[in-house]
Amino acid sequence: MELLDIIKPENQVFCKTKLMTDTPLSYCPGCGHGTAHNITMEVIDEMGIQEDTIGVAPVGCSVLAYDFMNIDMTQAAHGRAPAVATAIARTWPKKYVFTYQGDGDLAAIGTAETIHACNRGENIVIIFINNGIYGMTGGQMAPTTLEGMKSSTSPFGRDIKTMGSPLKMTELVAQLPGTYFVTRQAVHTHKHVRKAKKAIRQAFENLKLNKGISFVEIVSNCNSGWKMTPNDANEWMVDNMFPYYPLGDIKVNGKLK
Amino acid sequence: MSELKLMKGNEALAEAAIRAGVDAYFGYPITPQTELIEYLMNEQTEKRTGMVCLQAESEIAAINMVYGAASTGKKVFTSSSSPGISLKQEGISYLAGAELPAVIVNVVRGGPGLGTIQPSQADYFQSVKGGGHGDYKLYVLAPSSVQEMSDFVEDAFDIAFKYRAPVLILSDGLIGQMMEKVKLKPQKKRRTDEEVIKECGSWATTGKTKNRERNIITSLDLQSEKMEARVHRLMKKYEQMEKEDLRFEKIQCDDAEYLIVAYGSSARISQKAVEMARAKGIKVGLLRPITLFPFPKKQLFKLADQVKGMLSVELNAGQMVEDVRLSVEFKVPVEHFGRTGGIIHTPEEILEALEQKIINNGTIRHHKTRESSIL
Repeated sequence: MELLDIIKPENQVFCKTKLMTDTPLSYCPGCGHGTAHNITMEVIDEMGIQEDTIGVAPVGCSVLAYDFMNIDMTQAAHGRAPAVATAIARTWPKKYVFTYQGDGDLAAIGTAETIHACNRGENIVIIFINNGIYGMTGGQMAPTTLEGMKSSTSPFGRDIKTMGSPLKMTELVAQLPGTYFVTRQAVHTHKHVRKAKKAIRQAFENLKLNKGISFVEIVSNCNSGWKMTPNDANEWMVDNMFPYYPLGDIKVNGKLK
Repeated sequence: MSELKLMKGNEALAEAAIRAGVDAYFGYPITPQTELIEYLMNEQTEKRTGMVCLQAESEIAAINMVYGAASTGKKVFTSSSSPGISLKQEGISYLAGAELPAVIVNVVRGGPGLGTIQPSQADYFQSVKGGGHGDYKLYVLAPSSVQEMSDFVEDAFDIAFKYRAPVLILSDGLIGQMMEKVKLKPQKKRRTDEEVIKECGSWATTGKTKNRERNIITSLDLQSEKMEARVHRLMKKYEQMEKEDLRFEKIQCDDAEYLIVAYGSSARISQKAVEMARAKGIKVGLLRPITLFPFPKKQLFKLADQVKGMLSVELNAGQMVEDVRLSVEFKVPVEHFGRTGGIIHTPEEILEALEQKIINNGTIRHHKTRESSIL
């Protein structure tokens, strides 16, 4: 097979996600955000709902998500994305509304907005990227930072006696009657990317049924903030993050697993 | 059909919002504005006009819900009272920065802190000088009657959409709680989603269609030049507001030798003081700013050539008086009179203050330092 044959569209097995713009990603090499963006946009493309999707971007590394996702997006104040999405979903009940938030945004400053949007059972999708650190501001401790984990504001490691325990937000919201689908995924291997994409697809399909919150956590890395190479960061994530934040479905069809 | 009813200010505003075809309200209870959300809930707005009405978990959530609905071109508003409005400042700054149309109602109570639940005008500075962070202003409407609580809803939305900017209705516990006759406008239809897309589709996040680029609502510009351009764009709007949408009322100013400057409930009470003064043969006029931003600077500057002194009457410790002084550029003495803590001044007190601080003392005071001028 010649090179020109290979690049013929009918021979292509993989190409750039249609709903991703040509703007170069601002994320560090090795970061999981790009993959999470990709699979979210793939789902929206495959469902053919670009015209009916409204995304809400957070504050944090993914504040510029609207530069990369080729859909209408509103950028919310730090932690307020679930409140912003609530109003959009309530005033446009036929639209597909989702938030894309990090752990500082969703599990610290936006705790009240997250819990109450989940408790009201707003018909929105929440995609929650948990990398255990504040990336954008340069690697400070997040509510999800593991015990003993070093960050710029816990330079001697997180001491749970004085700094509290890492918050399992996903397990917490699963307890609320307003959540319909709660799952924890990862995007560091092909296998995990496929699973995560399936979960995001399920979440968007749920919106059609008007069943309430679909909450997809993606445990991710932050090699810059963790001060590791991308490979080491992924290995560290598997060895340390996954035992505390185990992958898998927590609530399906409104029932706890 | 318009209708004549006896209503509280808060209720009249709520009813006017339903009739104006507003799409959504997000709020949180706080005295003395709670009748507003109670009225809306009791009216079952979703059934009546399809208007969404939701009690949020906090004032912060409520203003961010307003931000969300506004970003899609919907007509949306929130209401609160002073401590709650402080909480909303984050969202108000974002609304201004992201250039979104929305209406915020503040039924002011006394402060600082938890303060008191009685009426006050102590949020003047917060309302007209920014309130939240960054370079922005709010268009501020100050109703002085239950009728204006009702009328200003549509006016506020007209301005909000004309400029794509947040508008504040600055009321207080007196206007919000008192009952008066009010003529209500007939019911307007809410815009359909298609009409919203037609009207706001060029900027609002209503879903990206094939025939246009994606719409983005944000207040973030990491490039300094872009951020400065955004600030300049905002400043242009405010200049245009000053040129085109300044509102004020002059009462008995033509032959006035002395001027009272007052807005909202203070203007209402001052009107009586003007009558009492006139009965005594003192020629007093009243200038009532209806918009606090834009402020009737030029009008005051001109009146300073005519009158011997001005008294700024406010239910606070002296806030608007600073803007009056800036406007008249020290051409005439300008003093402040006001009660605080929820106490409402009487017309007699106002007249007495006018006589003591301006009429009998004015020419002497003019040459004094300003140290002792605030009560």
